[in-house]
Amino acid sequence: MLTAFDKELLNILQTELPISKRPFADLAQVLGTDEIVVINRLKELKEQGYLRRIGPFFDSTKLGYAGTLIATKVTNGYMESVASEINTYPGVTHNYEREGDFNLWFTLLTPDLETQDKILSDIRNLPGVENLISLKANRKYKVSVKFKLK
Amino acid sequence: MDELDKKIIRAMQDEFPLVAEPYQVLAEQIGIAQEELIERLKRYKRSGQIRKMGAVLRHREVGYAANALCAWVVPESRLEEVATLMATSPSISHCYDRNTMPEWPYNVYTMIHGHSRAECEAIANKIAEQNNLTEKTMLYSLKEWKKTSMRYFCE
Repeated sequence: MLTAFDKELLNILQTELPISKRPFADLAQVLGTDEIVVINRLKELKEQGYLRRIGPFFDSTKLGYAGTLIATKVTNGYMESVASEINTYPGVTHNYEREGDFNLWFTLLTPDLETQDKILSDIRNLPGVENLISLKANRKYKVSVKFKLK
Repeated sequence: MDELDKKIIRAMQDEFPLVAEPYQVLAEQIGIAQEELIERLKRYKRSGQIRKMGAVLRHREVGYAANALCAWVVPESRLEEVATLMATSPSISHCYDRNTMPEWPYNVYTMIHGHSRAECEAIANKIAEQNNLTEKTMLYSLKEWKKTSMRYFCE
């Protein structure tokens, strides 16, 4: 269970971890506690599975990467083989089977468009892939996985 | 971006040390001074290459058990206005506009988070009503085949 202190700590940490020599001391000061309390509690919250990741989150476009969302229509019976094959690409970070006509959706990040084209053409040719459409983002209005804890 | 930038970015994708001076530990791994690492990280943040320095939680563990990718058909003339408004909702974590295909007319995508499927539906219905949108599809996930963090410059 998250305590009131945990929620306050995580609400701040979801917004910003200071880039400084003693970042947890800076956080502790805002929270009115000691650096060691913050560090030890974060270790526990991590062990308990509340924290997915701490660190920098990069803007893929600004690092020069090409990204897209792909919807595929997979024939009944081929889902596992197609999904597993798609998972082998390191640039595939999310791959979900979903309800609907297009039943497998994944995201793909590659260092350039040529690599993207090559990977998509390989996937399009997998047995069981009936259709594949690439839904490139034009503008990102919000990219923030932040949950306000009350 | 020089080779050192790439080296720094690679190192920063590993586990973040939960110690008093985490950047010192990371700087040693990279083989540079802590001051240089801090200076470069601040620069990436200013330039937007780092969009956030902080934590991402596991949403199921913190009580958001349901999520739905909702795709919308938004008239081109109202695209910016509507997507901007959608993005202000605290229940929406991602909001993108994307190109369409002849067989797929949806041009705006929102990731909606709620405590239940019913709550996600209610949030989507409210957004539809507020923005006078009639066409949407809720793409619920049946199975997570992969979910990882991207590792840049590791190809």
